[in-house]
Amino acid sequence: MADERRTDYGPPHYEKFLPPIIKENYGKWKYHELLKPGVMVHVSESGAKLFTVRAGSPRLMSVDKIRMYADLADKYCGGYLRFTSRHNVEFLLTEQSNIDPLIDDLKKIGHPVGGIANSISAIVHTQGWIHCHSAATDASGVVKAVMDDLYEYFTETKLPGKLRIALACCLNMCGAVHCSDIAILGIHRRPPKVDHENLYKMCEIPNVSASCPTAAIRPATVDGKASVEVDEDRCMFCANCFTVCPAMPLADPLNDGVSIWVGGKVSNARHEPMFSKLAIPFLPNNPPRWPEVTSAIRKLVELWASNARKYERMGEWIERIGWPKFFQMSGIEFQKEHIDDFKHAGLTFKRSTHLTF
Amino acid sequence: MADALPKTPMLDELEKGGWPSFVTEIKLAAEKNPMGKDLLGLLERSYKEKIGHWKHGGIVGVMGYGGGVIGRYNDLPEEYPNISHFHTMRINQPAGWFYTSEALRGICDIWEKRGSGLTNMHGSTGDIILLGTSTDQLEPTFQDLAKIDFDIGGSGSDVRTPSCCCGMARCEWACYDTMAACYDFTMTYQDELHRPAFPYKFKFKFSGCPNDCVASIARSDMSIIGTWRDEIQIDKDAVKEYADSGMDIDSDVVGNCPGKCMAWDGKELKINDKFCVHCMHCINAMPKALRPGKDRGATILIGSKAPIVEGALLSSVLIPFIKMEPPYQEIKDLVDKMWDLWCEEGKNRERIGEFIQRIGLGNFLDEIEVDPIPEMVAHPRENPYVFYEDYYEDEDEDDEEGDDE
Repeated sequence: MADERRTDYGPPHYEKFLPPIIKENYGKWKYHELLKPGVMVHVSESGAKLFTVRAGSPRLMSVDKIRMYADLADKYCGGYLRFTSRHNVEFLLTEQSNIDPLIDDLKKIGHPVGGIANSISAIVHTQGWIHCHSAATDASGVVKAVMDDLYEYFTETKLPGKLRIALACCLNMCGAVHCSDIAILGIHRRPPKVDHENLYKMCEIPNVSASCPTAAIRPATVDGKASVEVDEDRCMFCANCFTVCPAMPLADPLNDGVSIWVGGKVSNARHEPMFSKLAIPFLPNNPPRWPEVTSAIRKLVELWASNARKYERMGEWIERIGWPKFFQMSGIEFQKEHIDDFKHAGLTFKRSTHLTF
Repeated sequence: MADALPKTPMLDELEKGGWPSFVTEIKLAAEKNPMGKDLLGLLERSYKEKIGHWKHGGIVGVMGYGGGVIGRYNDLPEEYPNISHFHTMRINQPAGWFYTSEALRGICDIWEKRGSGLTNMHGSTGDIILLGTSTDQLEPTFQDLAKIDFDIGGSGSDVRTPSCCCGMARCEWACYDTMAACYDFTMTYQDELHRPAFPYKFKFKFSGCPNDCVASIARSDMSIIGTWRDEIQIDKDAVKEYADSGMDIDSDVVGNCPGKCMAWDGKELKINDKFCVHCMHCINAMPKALRPGKDRGATILIGSKAPIVEGALLSSVLIPFIKMEPPYQEIKDLVDKMWDLWCEEGKNRERIGEFIQRIGLGNFLDEIEVDPIPEMVAHPRENPYVFYEDYYEDEDEDDEEGDDE
C-alpha cells in the first residue's frame, strides 16, 4: 500500500497559538503603554489588558533553552509566547502580578528584559563562522560582545529615540543591515583567488563572468584548462562570483574585517526610510571580543545619545547637523573610501553651498 | 558517558558578560549531542584562524521539495566528522511568530532526536532555523515535523517564507489583518515556495502600519504596508491629558510632522489630513489620543533588496492604497502578471527590483497593465532623454490635417 505523502500543507494556522485574550480582542486593541523597560500593556476597547514581557535572546538557541521558555510560559501565561522580528522572546500575560516573578525567573536563566521604546533592541544578525561559507567575520561573537557592552541600553530606556543595530557577515546581507541606525558589515578586501585546477569542474564559466557587477571577470585558458581571469583593479569584493562558483574564494584572514555604517532606518515615522551610510571603512577581525568594534559602536551610540533631539534617529540627527559635523564630532577620519564610486555616485556628492563652519 | 567538551579558551570568553551567550547554548546542546562538540571545536578554530570552515552547499533536500534545506559541509571533515554534514532546515514559522509551549516542545523533541539540537529563533527572513543535521536525517525530520503540522520554508530562487508583524493580534495600529494575509499568501503560493522556478528569490512581507516592524520596505520584493486614507482619529480629552502631564505637543508632535499639517494652540490639536503623509509619528507619540483613521487598507510597494548584485534598493510605490480583503485577488492577479514578465525576461540572479531598474519602471508598468501615477516617483525625471516609442512621418501629418478639414 503506497504511503500518502503529505506535502505543501504550509505552516500551522496561527489561530491555534493565540491566547484566549488575543482571540477575544483581535483587532480591538485601543492603545498601549510602556509600564517599565521591557514591559508593556495593551488595552482593548473592552477594557481587557494584555501584558507583554520582552526578553533578549542570543538567537542561536539550544532546544533546552527553548524548553525553559516553554516552562516559563506554562508557569506564568498559560503556555502562550511569541518571538519578535529582532529575535526577542515575548511572554503574553493576563495577570499583572505575574510580571515581576517572570522577570526574576528570566534573570535566573540569564535573559535580560528590555528592548522596547527608547532602547537598543536585540541585534538582527546572520550566521557567520557558525554556519556560513561566505562569512568575512563571525556574527554571533561580534553581536555578543557588542550587546554585552551596550547591555544598559537594552534594559533601560534612557536614549532620545530608538536605535537599531544589525550585523551581516558579508555583502549578501542575509541580515539586511542596509537600513539600520548602526550596521556592522563583514567585508573582504582581497580579490578572489581563482582555483584554476578545479574551476572548470565546479562552475559554468559564462555564469561566473556574468555574475560580476563590474565586468571584471573574463574567460581565460590557464595551463591548458578553461578558467577565468580577474581584473583586480575592478574588483570591489562583493563575492557574487564566489556565490555562483566555489572556485573563487575571497575569504582571507589577513584582509577580512568589519565596516561600520550609520543612519539608516526602516520606519516611515517622521523621515522617510533611509539607507545606512559608511562611517568606518575597516576594523580588524579581533576575536573573541572584537574590542575595536565594540568601542567604535559605543562611541557612536553615546555621541548620538548626547546630541540628538527627542525622537531623532541616528540618520535624522546626522542629516540635521550635516555629515562634516558628524565626522568632526565623531573623530572618524574621512577617507577616499567614504566617497561613493558605484552607480549614481554623483547623487551623493554635495551639490549646494549649504555648509556649516 | 559523554566525552569531555573540547577546550575552547577563546569561545569561553564569550560566556562572560550580561547578554545571553550563544556559546553557552552550544555547550548545552553539546552535552547531549556530538555535533555540538565538533561545532565548538570548529568554531574555536575559526576564532584562532580568523576564517570560516564551511563549504558551499550541495543539493540536498527532502522528496518533492526543491528548497528549504541549506546544504552545508565543513572543509575539515576528518577532524570534525560529526559535523561533516551540517545542513540547515528552514521551517515555515506560524504567522506573527506566536507559539504555544506545546508546539515549541514538539519541535524541540524532533530536533533533539534528528539534529544538532541547535536552532535560530528565528532566521532573518522569519523561518524557524533548525541548525545542522546529516543528509540521512533530512527526510525523517520532515516526516516528524509533518506529524505536528510544520512544513518547510523557502530557499533559493523561489518565494521565500512570507513574514508579518503581529498586526491585529496585539497592535492597535494594524491597518489590516497582517497575519491573515500572510497565512493566505503563504498557502496560495505553496508550490512557488517549495519549488524554485524564478530568476531569483521573491519575498513578501506584511506590515500593519508605516512603522513597518518587519522591515518590509527594505527587505521584501513585495512590501504590503498598512495605511489609512481618511482622518486620523483624535480623542480630544486624551490630547489634553498628554498636555497636562507635561508633554510639549508643539515641539514633540507638531514640530516633528513631516507633512507640516498639524497645529496646536495650547487647547486643541488640529490636523489637516489632506496633507498628512501617514508617517505615524504623532500616533506613536500619543497612542492614547491619536489613532489611524477608519478607512484602512495597505500601500503596495515593490522591489527592495540588499546589495547583491547591482546595489541595495528600497521598495517603491506600486499601489498607493488598496483594501485588504480576502482573497486579495487584485493583488494576486498583479503578482501573476509581474512573475510572468520577470520569469520571461529576468536574468539569472536578478531580483525584480533590479529587473525594473534595467527595463525601466514605465515599461514595467506597461507590461503589467498598471497606469503610471505621480505617487510612484519621488519626483519626475530630471533628464530629457525620453525614449519615445512612436513618431509621426510627413504623410501622417498630412492625413491628420486632412482629417481636420
